[in-house]
Amino acid sequence: MADYTKMWSELGLDLEGHDALLSILGSAYGDIFLSQKNRPEGMKYFDFVMSEVHGLRIQELMDAKAQGRKVIGSYCVYVPEELILAVDGISVGLCAGAEFNFEGAEEVLPRNTCALIKSAFGFKIGMVCPYLEASDVVVGENTCDGKKKSYEILAPMVKDLYVMDLPQMKTDMGRALLKEEYRRFIAKLESVAGKRITPELLKKGIEIVNAKRMAVKRLAEIRTADPAPISGLDALLINQVFFYDDPVRFTHSVNQLCDELEDRVKKGIGVFAPGTTRVLVSGCPMAVPNWKLPMLIESSNAVIVGEESCVGERGTRWLTESRGETMEDLLDALTDRYFSIDCAVFTPNPSRGEYVKEMTKKLNAQGVIHYSLQFCQPYIVESGPVENELENSSIPTLRLETDYSQEDAGQLKTRIEAFIERLEKK
Amino acid sequence: MRAAGIDIGSRTVKLAVLEDGRLVLSRKTITSYNPLATAQELMGDAVFDVITATGYGRHLIKGHLDCPVISEITAFARGARFFSSECRTILDIGGQDTKAISLDQEGNLRKFEMNDKCAAGTGRFLEVMATALGFTIEEFSKAALSAGKAVKINSTCTVFAESEVVSLTAQGAARDEVALGIHKAIVSRSVGLLKKIAGPGKIFFAGGVAYNDCVRVLLEKEMGQPVFVPPDPQIVGAVGAALSSI
Repeated sequence: MADYTKMWSELGLDLEGHDALLSILGSAYGDIFLSQKNRPEGMKYFDFVMSEVHGLRIQELMDAKAQGRKVIGSYCVYVPEELILAVDGISVGLCAGAEFNFEGAEEVLPRNTCALIKSAFGFKIGMVCPYLEASDVVVGENTCDGKKKSYEILAPMVKDLYVMDLPQMKTDMGRALLKEEYRRFIAKLESVAGKRITPELLKKGIEIVNAKRMAVKRLAEIRTADPAPISGLDALLINQVFFYDDPVRFTHSVNQLCDELEDRVKKGIGVFAPGTTRVLVSGCPMAVPNWKLPMLIESSNAVIVGEESCVGERGTRWLTESRGETMEDLLDALTDRYFSIDCAVFTPNPSRGEYVKEMTKKLNAQGVIHYSLQFCQPYIVESGPVENELENSSIPTLRLETDYSQEDAGQLKTRIEAFIERLEKK
Repeated sequence: MRAAGIDIGSRTVKLAVLEDGRLVLSRKTITSYNPLATAQELMGDAVFDVITATGYGRHLIKGHLDCPVISEITAFARGARFFSSECRTILDIGGQDTKAISLDQEGNLRKFEMNDKCAAGTGRFLEVMATALGFTIEEFSKAALSAGKAVKINSTCTVFAESEVVSLTAQGAARDEVALGIHKAIVSRSVGLLKKIAGPGKIFFAGGVAYNDCVRVLLEKEMGQPVFVPPDPQIVGAVGAALSSI
C-alpha cells in the first residue's frame, strides 16, 4: 500500500489509533480470508479492495470531492443510493463492525447499547474512519430506538447529520411517510450538491444500482450449488464491499467472479467437499470487519450458503422498477422498492420468517443460524417467533446472541458444533 | 474393541473406556492450568484402540492426538442414553456452563439451550458461594436442605451474588437460609433453560452439580418431573465421547 499518511492527516484521523486499527484488520484478514483453501481467482479483486479500503478508495473519494462531487455516508439500507447517484454523489456505508474504542463510546452512550452503534461512535470519537471524515453529509435513520436516540448525540460530532424518519408499520400511512421522507431527502441532496435531480438522472441512478444488485443476486443464485463454489465468508465480504466500492466497477468484478463460479459449478469444483452441511445465517447485519460468526461456522464442518441480512439478501433482493416518466412516478417506484424491505423494526413483520423459509429451501440449507447482536431488541424479540416458525416447518434453528468481542468464541463454537452435529444426523 | 472418550471440562477432566458395550474404566481429575498435560496424565497406562475428545479442551487434544472431536452437547446426549436408554431430557450443570438438552425418541439431538457466556448459575457459582458462607461443598447442600425457609438471592452472577451474600450475612441472615436461597437461584436458572427445550419424561441430571442433593430435590419440585442422577454424573460426557468412537 502506498503512503497515505498525508491524506489521513488532512482528514483529521488519529494516526496512531488508525495504524493500530489497520494492523489488526490486516492480520485478521490474513488469518480469516487468505488462509482459506481453493478460493476463486476472482476474489483477488476483493482482496485488493480490502487491502486499500482506507487507502486507494479514500484517495478516489478525495479526488471526486476535489471535482465537486459529494460523499454521502449512511448506516442503513433504507437510504437510497439511487438518489445519491442522481446528484452525481458517492454513497458509502460507514464503519461499524469492529470493537474499537468502546471505552470512548461508553463515555457518551449507555453500556447496554448494541455493538454496531458503539462501534460507529468508537470510530468517530477515536477519529479512525476515513469514510466518516470524508462524508459531506452523514445520513441517520430512525430504525431502532438505539440508533434513533444516538443520532442526537452524534449530531454535534459530525459536519452535517441528516436524520431520515422511517415508518414502523406497512400501512398506506407508513408508505406515504416513506415517500415524503424520500422527497425531503431529494431536496437535501439537491441543495448539498447544487444540482437538480431530473427523471433522466434518477433513471440512470436506478440503472446503476439495479445492475449492482443483479450481480449480487446472480452470486446468490450460484450458491445453490453443491459443492459450494465459494465460501460464505467470501460471499459475505462481497456483500460488505457492496457498501464501499465504486458501483460500476464492483458490478463488473462481481459478474466476472460469477463467470468463474459458474464454470466451477459446471466442473463440480467447490471450496468445501460435496455434501458439506449447509447453513443459512439470518438476522442482524454484519458490517466490516465483523467476521466472527461466519468464521466459527465455517471452521466447524459447515458452509454458509446465504445471508438473510441487510448485508446480504435483505439489502439486495428487491430491484427498483424504472417505471414512468415523471419524478413522481419514479419516486413511487423507489418508495415501493424500499418499503418492501422486511427489517425487524417493522411490526408486524411476517414476510421475513416466510422468506427465511423460502431461502432455506432454495439454497438447500439444512438449518438456520439466527444471529442477533446483543441489545438489538428488534431482532432478538423477533428471533423467538422466527425460530418457532422454522422449527414448526422442520427447519432446525439455532439462535445465537453475541457481540463483537472474542470472549464468547469458545461458548459459541460449542453451540455451533453441536448444531452442525444435529444437522449431520439428518 | 476398547473405545475411549475424554472430556476436558473447565474444572475436571474425565476419561471413560468401553469394551463390548460395558464401562470398564473411568477416571477423573481436576483440570490444571495445563489441561493437555492433565489429560495425558489421566490417560497414562489406560488401554484403548480409539479415542474421541469432548469438552472445552477438545480441540487442544485433537491437535496432539489427531483424534475426532464432538461437542459436549452431542456427548451428553449419547452418554445419557447409555445410562438411561429412553431418556429424552438432559440437564448438565458443569463447572462453567449449564446445558439443557432434549432428544427425540431415537435419541437424536432435538433442541438445546446453554447459559450465557458467564458462569452464572453453574458449579463454579456454587463453589464460590459455599466458600463465602464458610461451608464445604457437602456441608453446603446439607445446610440448605435443613433450612426452614430461604432468603431470596436475586443474582446468579457469581460476583454480584457474592456481594449480596456478604451483605445478607452482615445483616444477620441465617447461614442455612442463605444457602437455600442460593440453591433456589441456581435451580430457577436451570428451570428456565429446561422450560425452553420442553423435553418430556424424567430429567437425566448430569455434571458435578448433580451430586448436590438439594439441587436435585428442588429441581424435582420445580419441574414436576422425576429427576434421575446416574451413579457417576460427571462421567456422562466422556462415555458419550467413547460411544461415538465406536
